[in-house]
Amino acid sequence: MRRDDDGGVSAVATGSGSGPGKRSNQAASSPAFHPLYLLLLVPFIALLWPPFYAMDQPELSGIPFFYWYQFLWLLLTAILTAIIYGLTRGGTES
Amino acid sequence: MNWTELGVFIFFFLLVTVLGFIAVGWRRGDLTQLNEWGLAGRRFGTIVTWFLLGGDLYTAYTFVAVPALIFGVGALGFFAVPYTIIVYPLVFVLMPRLWAVCRRHHYITPADFVNGRYGSKGLALAVAITGILATMPYIALQLVGIQVVIATMGITGSAAASDLPLIIAFLILAVYTYTSGLRAPAMIALVKDTMIYITVIAAVIIIPIKLGGYGHIFAAVAAAAPTKKGFALILPTASYMPYASLALGSALALFMYPHAITGVLASYSGRVVRRNAALLPAYSLVLGLLALLGYMAIAAGITAPSPTLIVPRLFNAMFPAWFAGFAFAAIAIGALVPAAIMSIAASNLFTRNIYHAYFKAVSDPGEEASVAKFVSLVVKVGALVFVLALGNTYAIYLQLLGGLWILQTFPSIAFGLYTRWFHHVALLLGWLAGMVWGTYMAVTNNFTPVYPIHVFGHTLPLYAGLSAFVLNIVVSIVLTVLFDLIGVARGTDQTARDDYGAEDQGAPVAAG
Repeated sequence: MRRDDDGGVSAVATGSGSGPGKRSNQAASSPAFHPLYLLLLVPFIALLWPPFYAMDQPELSGIPFFYWYQFLWLLLTAILTAIIYGLTRGGTES
Repeated sequence: MNWTELGVFIFFFLLVTVLGFIAVGWRRGDLTQLNEWGLAGRRFGTIVTWFLLGGDLYTAYTFVAVPALIFGVGALGFFAVPYTIIVYPLVFVLMPRLWAVCRRHHYITPADFVNGRYGSKGLALAVAITGILATMPYIALQLVGIQVVIATMGITGSAAASDLPLIIAFLILAVYTYTSGLRAPAMIALVKDTMIYITVIAAVIIIPIKLGGYGHIFAAVAAAAPTKKGFALILPTASYMPYASLALGSALALFMYPHAITGVLASYSGRVVRRNAALLPAYSLVLGLLALLGYMAIAAGITAPSPTLIVPRLFNAMFPAWFAGFAFAAIAIGALVPAAIMSIAASNLFTRNIYHAYFKAVSDPGEEASVAKFVSLVVKVGALVFVLALGNTYAIYLQLLGGLWILQTFPSIAFGLYTRWFHHVALLLGWLAGMVWGTYMAVTNNFTPVYPIHVFGHTLPLYAGLSAFVLNIVVSIVLTVLFDLIGVARGTDQTARDDYGAEDQGAPVAAG
């Protein structure tokens, strides 16, 4: 188990020592809303409009389009989220 | 009764019970502090958070109910898949901000945040009560997951004898949650989710091989479809609106549940939360594959008096006894993890936002944790009594209402992460309107989720939670404008603009 994948388990994580605001100068910061986040709307459009995919054909080795299309979007959404995470993560990570 | 099956089941159940108690010493903290008992000291990294949230959100009931729904109605039941896809972009955008502000201000519950953001104890109380009301039936439903596997293993007979295993399981759960807090379900989730993955991978490989492949399964379902009332393999036009609105409404609601927020707040940084938004869809894949078990059951000719028994019966028919026992243990343990986290989340809410805020100002954090531990026992015993006394049907009805109710807290929590524009009294009245109208729609519609809405001469069959949510937003907007015009006082905002963006508070300066 990698317990330190974010740089170690913090001794101050119990939160009793530091008052609010003291650490803001060293905190990595994510943007309130990065323009790339708009790409995250694509899966909503692809999945919340059933006329796009509520059909039988084309089948994929016997599986109707309705089912494999949604499985495909599961993978695409995860990949898209990972890419956007990679492109927008805060700058001070060591 | 099959003794091999039962033996394997009991072995794994005992294994996780031991783990639950060992968890006391895991990443040791002072368990007399609510921050430690209820949030495990906010120190879970990417992997533990992934197991914890996965074990928390994809419950035993989900794994039993989704295939059962697919078995019964076909394509419409598949809405669980788009729902659990689009929820993660929402998590990616919203939850790091909630994590950051809660970490900065030591908030433990979503209602703490609402209280700090709007300076309104009343709105915080509304959020807390909604959270508790929505969570209680959900805990009760986890018992259904245990009940179906116990019944399938052949433990039947008098009511007292068949309920006994359930009572024992829940008492064990109650005790280790009491002693170990959030650490117990987190540690058990590592085992449980591994078992679930093994079960599902085996199921989606072995069962289709036995049934002649996926093509055969879908062909068999297509052949059986005309004989099944209310069943469609491909979503019919009339179901487009219900399908999309159920997916969207459920996705908006999921991370407003106290147990989901507890999982988020227990993580170590905002980055952990964002990484998990990309990693948690692995569980959605499992859920989608599990959903197809409903079709495999049709193709295999499985029948059952209740659709919730479909999956256990399919496993019994397709797997050797030892592996069926393993799979049943996975489902039963899968009920314990969410039940533990839900009861912890409900206790945190009660302690912080009702007991502390209205009855007795608790100055000693040790006392706060004691109250929460006690409440976690009450919550679980209450759920047990509820299911044993009233049966599953009421739990299912209330869980449907719970999803609809929790969605009504979205404006106060999620909009609050971005804007202070809304007036707290307007949000409270919007919440009230959504709760009342949503409940009315569900009750008058015999507790089915989809309610036809008539607008501009069209009839839109929409998920009642979503249309109540729209009403909620409209009321909140109109009343905010009105209250500001007539000068109704606003509360004080304890939070500042840059409280929401920090991803890494309290991290060591250099990791090496």
